[in-house]
Amino acid sequence: MSDALFDQLGGEAAVNAAVDIFYRKVLADDRISRFFDGVDMEKQAAKQKAFLTMAFGGPHNYTGKDMRDGHASLVKDGLNDSHFDAVVENLGATLKELGVADDLIGQVAAVAETTRNDVLGK
Amino acid sequence: MPIIEFDENRCDCNPGETLLECLDRYNCPPPSSCQSGLCHTCLMRCVKGTPPESAQNGLKDSLVKQGYFLPCVCYPEGDMKVVMPDDAAAPHTSAKLIEKTILTPAIARLRFAVDEDFSYIPGQYTNIFKSDEVARTYSIASVPVLGDYIEFHIEKISGGIVSEWIFNTLKEGDELQISEALGECFYQAGEEENNLLMIATGSGFAPIYGIVRDALNQGHTGEIHVYQGAGMAEKLYLVDEMKILAEKHENLFYHPCLSRDATEDFESGRANELALTEHADLKNWTVYLCGHPEMVKATQRKAFLAGASMKDIHSDPFEFAKT
Ligand SMILES: Cc1cc2nc3c(=O)[nH]c(=O)nc-3n(C[C@H](O)[C@H](O)[C@H](O)COP(=O)(O)OP(=O)(O)OC[C@H]3O[C@@H](n4cnc5c(N)ncnc54)[C@H](O)[C@@H]3O)c2cc1C
Ligand code: HEM
Ligand code: FES
Repeated sequence: MSDALFDQLGGEAAVNAAVDIFYRKVLADDRISRFFDGVDMEKQAAKQKAFLTMAFGGPHNYTGKDMRDGHASLVKDGLNDSHFDAVVENLGATLKELGVADDLIGQVAAVAETTRNDVLGK
Repeated sequence: MPIIEFDENRCDCNPGETLLECLDRYNCPPPSSCQSGLCHTCLMRCVKGTPPESAQNGLKDSLVKQGYFLPCVCYPEGDMKVVMPDDAAAPHTSAKLIEKTILTPAIARLRFAVDEDFSYIPGQYTNIFKSDEVARTYSIASVPVLGDYIEFHIEKISGGIVSEWIFNTLKEGDELQISEALGECFYQAGEEENNLLMIATGSGFAPIYGIVRDALNQGHTGEIHVYQGAGMAEKLYLVDEMKILAEKHENLFYHPCLSRDATEDFESGRANELALTEHADLKNWTVYLCGHPEMVKATQRKAFLAGASMKDIHSDPFEFAKT
């Protein structure tokens, strides 16, 4: 079912279309931009694609442990539910800007939701 | 803890430590320079175990398949047995210094004659070897069709092993080894009509000088805005050459900027800040950023927020070895 979602959204092309819009929103969002301060933009582009592919239900190799380890230092710096919600909100706004239907946006939010505990180290 | 086998050494790699740092701790490091995965000086091959994918970013597919990786950005995930690379994996060319000009007390221009089969795109970089073990990365400022030499601009770093050697010791007629050309910060065919914003600090102007002339030569029709910055006047160089170039090409706009010493000859302020104030909307622009690593990284983000697409921001942070 996940793969179907990814295809419905337009697959890799959709990820490419979304990555600039999404990342610009994240960096401009005072609630969360500080978490991205030290990160290298060029490497970040690849990571944003990985993030979006995952959230769109596409193929990826990350395990829950990877998500836990990958965000552990951010959790130490105070990453919490409100930041997670802000990211999901930006994701929704990005998809809306791209003209994606509401029910698909809801499905993307649901996929992101499945990673909450790992991302927040709960 | 992953165990790294190298020659007769068995090294325990600590968590959070790169393979390069680990081998350094055991006094058997390969040569290295940028320590950021850019210059490929530290290239090694893994013959047992698997290097993490992120340690193979930027390597040619053929090298990746053979287990080559960059120890300076390798955080081992399991035991590895590693060896030094074959010569074929890291080809060298000999280069003969044919002209050395001290442009300012801080900047030297070097021109080398190289074999015909050395190929490069202006803006790419190569490693200059002082000896078999010591190399540093320098950007290529020349354009193949404008002369059959390759040109570098070297900034003198006080106490710098290679830059001071280049300034003080290297002389015309000397021969040395250079690596093949690397890097992806160069003029992109197919963007003739785009507006280009180029920002350089210090010797970061070397690649920009290559890229801007390459663009003009290829018939670029969009606007090109070049911001060349430095703290002190002695790090601004080739200013007259650039002014002449700008007179010849009505789509080229040249801004030499000085951030510390204010004078009438130059715009006053940091090149990156002036550039982004004067060009607040970078939608559909292509941006080139070269030189000081912090300037490059901060400006990447600002250019992106000003509307430039991530794929249209090309940059060369001049990372240096932290000692
Ligand atoms: C992709 C790339 C392209 C490059 N292109 C050029 C180029 O075209 N022209 C050029 O001149 N350089 C360029 N560099 C930088 C160059 O590779 C060397 O880092 C530089 O010449 C210093 O080497 P060194 O052996 O003289 O100094 P080192 O012996 O390596 O360093 C001596 C000391 O000075 C410090 N140091 C080194 N550089 C700086 C600096 N810039 N500012 C402050 N402290 C410093 C070091 O941390 C160290 O403590 C480039 C680097 C990269 C990664
Ligand atoms: C919504 C669920 C999330 C998912 C699915 C997700 C996924 C990812 C992925 C796949 C990576 C790349 C890992 C790698 O390849 O190294 C990553 C990195 C990162 N994430 Fe998330 N993430 C989520 C939420 C968040 C939140 C809420 C924040 C902060 C507000 C955040 C901040 C970061 C940062 C800063 C990095 C880069 C770390 C680095 O480069 O060192 N993420 N994330
Ligand atoms: S790539 Fe490893 S030292 Fe430059």
